[in-house]
Parts: sequence; C-alpha cells; structure tokens
Amino acid sequence: MAVFRLNFNTLLTLSWRNLWRNYRRTGIMLGAIAIGVWAMIFMTALMRGMVDDMLNQGIRNLPGHIQIQHPDFLDDPNVVNSIAEPSGELLLVLKQSGTKRWATRIKVAAVIASERETRGINLLGIEPDAEADISGLPALISEGRFLETNQDKGIVIGAKLAERLETRLGKRVVVMSQDPDNNLSERGFRIVGIYRAKMPGLEEFNVYTARDTLQQLLHIEGRVSQIILVDEDYREIEPLYEKISQATPPGLDTRTWYQIDSYLAAMFNMMDGFVLVWVVIIFLALSFGLVNTLVMAIFERIREIGLIQALGMRPALIVYQILLESLLLLLIGLAIGNSLAVATVKPLESGLDISIVAEGMAMMGVSSMLYPNLTLYDMVLANSVVIILGILTSILPAWRAASLDPVRALNTN
Amino acid sequence: MSAIHCHQLCKTFKQGDEIITGLDHVDLTIETGEFVCLSGPSGSGKTTLLNAIGGLDTPDSGEIHMGDIRIDQLERGALADMRLRHIGFVFQAYNLIPVLSAQENVEFVMQVQGVSAQERARKAREILQEVGLEGMEDRRPAQLSGGQQQRVAVARAIVSHPDLVLADEPTANLDSVASAHLMGLFASLNEHHRITFVISTHDKRVMGYARRLIGMRDGKIISDETQ
Repeated sequence: MAVFRLNFNTLLTLSWRNLWRNYRRTGIMLGAIAIGVWAMIFMTALMRGMVDDMLNQGIRNLPGHIQIQHPDFLDDPNVVNSIAEPSGELLLVLKQSGTKRWATRIKVAAVIASERETRGINLLGIEPDAEADISGLPALISEGRFLETNQDKGIVIGAKLAERLETRLGKRVVVMSQDPDNNLSERGFRIVGIYRAKMPGLEEFNVYTARDTLQQLLHIEGRVSQIILVDEDYREIEPLYEKISQATPPGLDTRTWYQIDSYLAAMFNMMDGFVLVWVVIIFLALSFGLVNTLVMAIFERIREIGLIQALGMRPALIVYQILLESLLLLLIGLAIGNSLAVATVKPLESGLDISIVAEGMAMMGVSSMLYPNLTLYDMVLANSVVIILGILTSILPAWRAASLDPVRALNTN
Repeated sequence: MSAIHCHQLCKTFKQGDEIITGLDHVDLTIETGEFVCLSGPSGSGKTTLLNAIGGLDTPDSGEIHMGDIRIDQLERGALADMRLRHIGFVFQAYNLIPVLSAQENVEFVMQVQGVSAQERARKAREILQEVGLEGMEDRRPAQLSGGQQQRVAVARAIVSHPDLVLADEPTANLDSVASAHLMGLFASLNEHHRITFVISTHDKRVMGYARRLIGMRDGKIISDETQ
C-alpha cells in the first residue's frame, strides 16, 4: 500500500504538471467539458421540469394519485357503477393514512342546455374544499366564484363551453342525466363561475357542481363514483397504495395513477431513459475533443514516455498516469460545469415564462410557466457518465502510449 | 560473477527495402566493476548493443544474461522492473522530464521504486551536491545548461546505486571542460561505488578514461583491449 501511495503521488505530480504544459489546449478542453456538463444538467433540469408539469397536469385531470371505485366504473362510468361513501375501516385508514388530501366525487355523463345550445358533458359532483389539492380548479376560475360547500346549488363551467352554449356568468342552464333506474333527472343551475383550463379541451367537457347537490339530482344519496387520494409526491405513492389497498372492502377497485393512465406511466418511466440518452449524446460530442487532447498531449511527449519506460516505469503505470491526467481534466471540467449549472438553474426554479410558445406547449399538456427541476439523481448521472465514459475513451490513447517501443520513442524528435 | 554476458547476439533492422545489421553474432562478457568503452563509427552497433543490454531492445537471436537473469526472455513489465532496480541510463540528449525540477528528476526513479519521501530527498540532495549542482535543486531542466542537465541525468542514473550504468555518447553535446568533469565523475563512481560502467563514444578523450576498450564495426566486435 505504501508503494502504491508513493507511486500514486508520482503519477499525480506528473499528471497535474503535464496538464498545464499547454495552458491554451487544456483551457479549451476544460471549457468544452464545462459547457457540455452544463448543457447536460441544465437541459435535463428543463426537461425534468417540463415532464413533471405534464405529469402533474395529467394526474390532476385523472384526477388524483390513487382512486377507489367500482371495478366496472373505468370501463363504464355509469351512475349504476357507484360505491358507498367511505365508512368503517376504510374511513379510519383514510383519516389516519397521512395522505395530503382525500375526497369523494361523482362523475356522470350528462347534457347541458342553455337558452340557445345543448352539449354533452362530464358532470362532476365534487367536495369544493378538497379541489384545490386534487384538480387545482379553484385557481383556474376566471369569472365569478368557485363552489363553496358540498351543498352549493351553483354550477361551474369552462370558458369554451360557455362560448359554445352562448351563455355567461349568472345565466341559468339545465342539466339532464339518468338516475340508477334509468329515469331522466334534470335540474336548473345558475352559472356561478367560469374557469379557464390549461388544456382548452377540458373547458368544453368538464362541468362542476357540489357533490350533495348532484347526489340529490341523481337520487343516489350516500353514494359516489370515486374516492380520490392525493399524496405529497406522485413518485412515492407505493406505501399509501399498500395501506389503502389492504383497507379497501372486497368488491372495490383501488388503482394508482400509473395503473389508470398508461400514457402517463410510460412518460414517467421513459424520462430516466431520455436523460441518459441525452447525457450520452452530449458526451459523445465531447469525447472527440477529449481523445484529441490526450492524443496531442501524448504525441508531444513521445520521447519522454520512452524515457520513463527506460527508467523502469511499468507500462501499466504509464496507462494509469495518462488516465489520471484525463481524470483530472474531467474532474476540473465537471466542477466548473456543475457550478455553472447550479448557478443558472437555481434562479429559474421559481418559474421560467415560456408563454411565447405556450400555445404549442399547451397541446403537449405543458403550462406557460416552466419550473426547471434540478435533481441530485440527474447531476450524479451526468457526472458518472462523463467520468466513466471519459476514462473509457482515454484508455486507447493511454494504452498506445504504454505500448510505444522505448528505443523508437527515445529517438523521436 | 559477470555483470553482463552476451552470447551470439544478432539484431537486424529494416530500412525501406534494405536490411541493416545492427549486431552480428556478438559474444561479450563484462565483469562487475569494469569501466568499459564501446567505440566505433556511426552505425557500428554501439547503441544497439547498449539498448539490448539495457533491455530496451530485443535481439533477434542470442542470449543476454545479467547475473543469473536471462533478460532477453523477460516480458515488458519484468524488463521495466529490472531496469528500475539494476540499471541506470545516461543518454546523449540529456532526457530529463521537463515538468519536474532537478531534484524531482533525480528522485523520480526512487519514487517509482517506492523509497520514502524523506530518504529520497536526502539522497537526491547528496548526489546533486556530489555532481556539483548544489543550490540548483529546484530548477527545471529548461533553466539549466546542457552540462548541468547531463549532470542531473547522471545523478538520476546513479542515485539508487544500480549494478550497471549504460551511457550512450554522454559527452556528445558537452564542451571539453564539462566532458572532462563528467568522465571524472564516472571514474570516481566506478572506483568508489564499484558500479559497472558501459559507455559508447566516438570521443578519444572519453576512451582515455576506460580500463577496457571494445571496438565495433558493422555490428561485430573487432577489438577488445584492456588498458
């Protein structure tokens, strides 16, 4: 171990000083590595923020991280496929689960009619108190007010639907649906609020009223379509899911957001793969510069390599020395690149306004504010890829240096 | 026991379409503590012989023994170890590591050998003092004259007391005063430390220091005189 330490000190001294023989070349390479690493981390943070936003929007539209419902409800969202409001052990577990928010809701197909037009809609009976955490709807109200209690008699519709119905805030509309016995149920509602969704398509179809009001309309007192749970982080819902699944009575179906929406699940699962591919692509561009720098550095001192071979340095130590030189270059570049990335991402974490391209982004489910998400995982990934691939890329020039014929190397001018 | 024993050593080089003979069935035995000069015109095989003895080049055929070790059959790593432990090299062009100071250049071999920092610093300072470079320990090669650089190279070659020093035209780039000083140093080290010296040279004044003079031509030993 002592011998290795002494050899390591020798190699470190040689590598460090060799690195600074040509300031300009080393400086250019450091700049390239730093910018490459910065681009890896900065763009990953933007991508991560965008995908997070898309996932959050998608989950809000489901809504919720976990849903409990009748086993047939997702395939046939009919009022017949309703479930009893939570009670007994399930209610106890819901209250003690530590979940951020839970609520019940009713969801049925309905028809809405104004004085001039009629449209098909999704009619949602909600608990207004919980909606801020579940769908974020209260924040989207652009005119009027949001629903206030579970017994509120008003109705909230989207701006697009109001336009289609040629109606407005304060006007009355008639809503028609079917009760469990297939009898027509209808009722007049006053429009108390109009919302603007981040995804305009939703404005046209989702119409909200209070849960108890809808129960009365459909004659399903004490019954709901779904129990919705929202946890702190959509990525870490497994423990809550396990707890809730065990407490759910037989005959009910408990599902996570990724079981309900396979598109969102695929997006979530592919994100890490995207990041890795992105990081590797940038590295490949960098690797040409790195190999070129090392090859030039070796080419400049062939004679010196012949000398250290003649003096008794084993070929393996020559390989280590060149690799150490490469590692030092990479570590300095990484330190600069990481610092740049943190310095540029942190100020943007409060939100980056991309409203100039909001229309196009909205089609992908992304809002007009982008919140870059700098994660330790992505930084570790970028740094690991650069170090591991950087060292692998350096092996060939290092091996070629160690394989030089000492006599020829010593006679090189 | 002989320091070096070469038996029927042959080496050829290809230069374009031409085959050049570097060594032609060379038989040579050098005893421990000898001070040998190899002389002869350019292309006579002096450097090829030194490189083969030093394990820098592999002969096409024949045997080279250093003590009990047959070095022509050693693999690269073992040859490097053998050079590290037993041989000191002095080259015509001073061949110092430019990014290291004079003292660090002298310490380099000891560092690779695994000698402690304190001991190698002490030995390096002592040997630099012995070759007349006291006060120049921290200078980089570019800050030293040719003669001073060659003295650093000599210090590096002898600091770990090798069994054998191989010097290839060590005075070729030195003026007469520096050459005389260097050869005096070699003679002194040979006498006091019983280090075996094998020196290739054209220089008649250098030959004057040798106790054994071997003449070479066309890869063959043509004369072997003890003075």
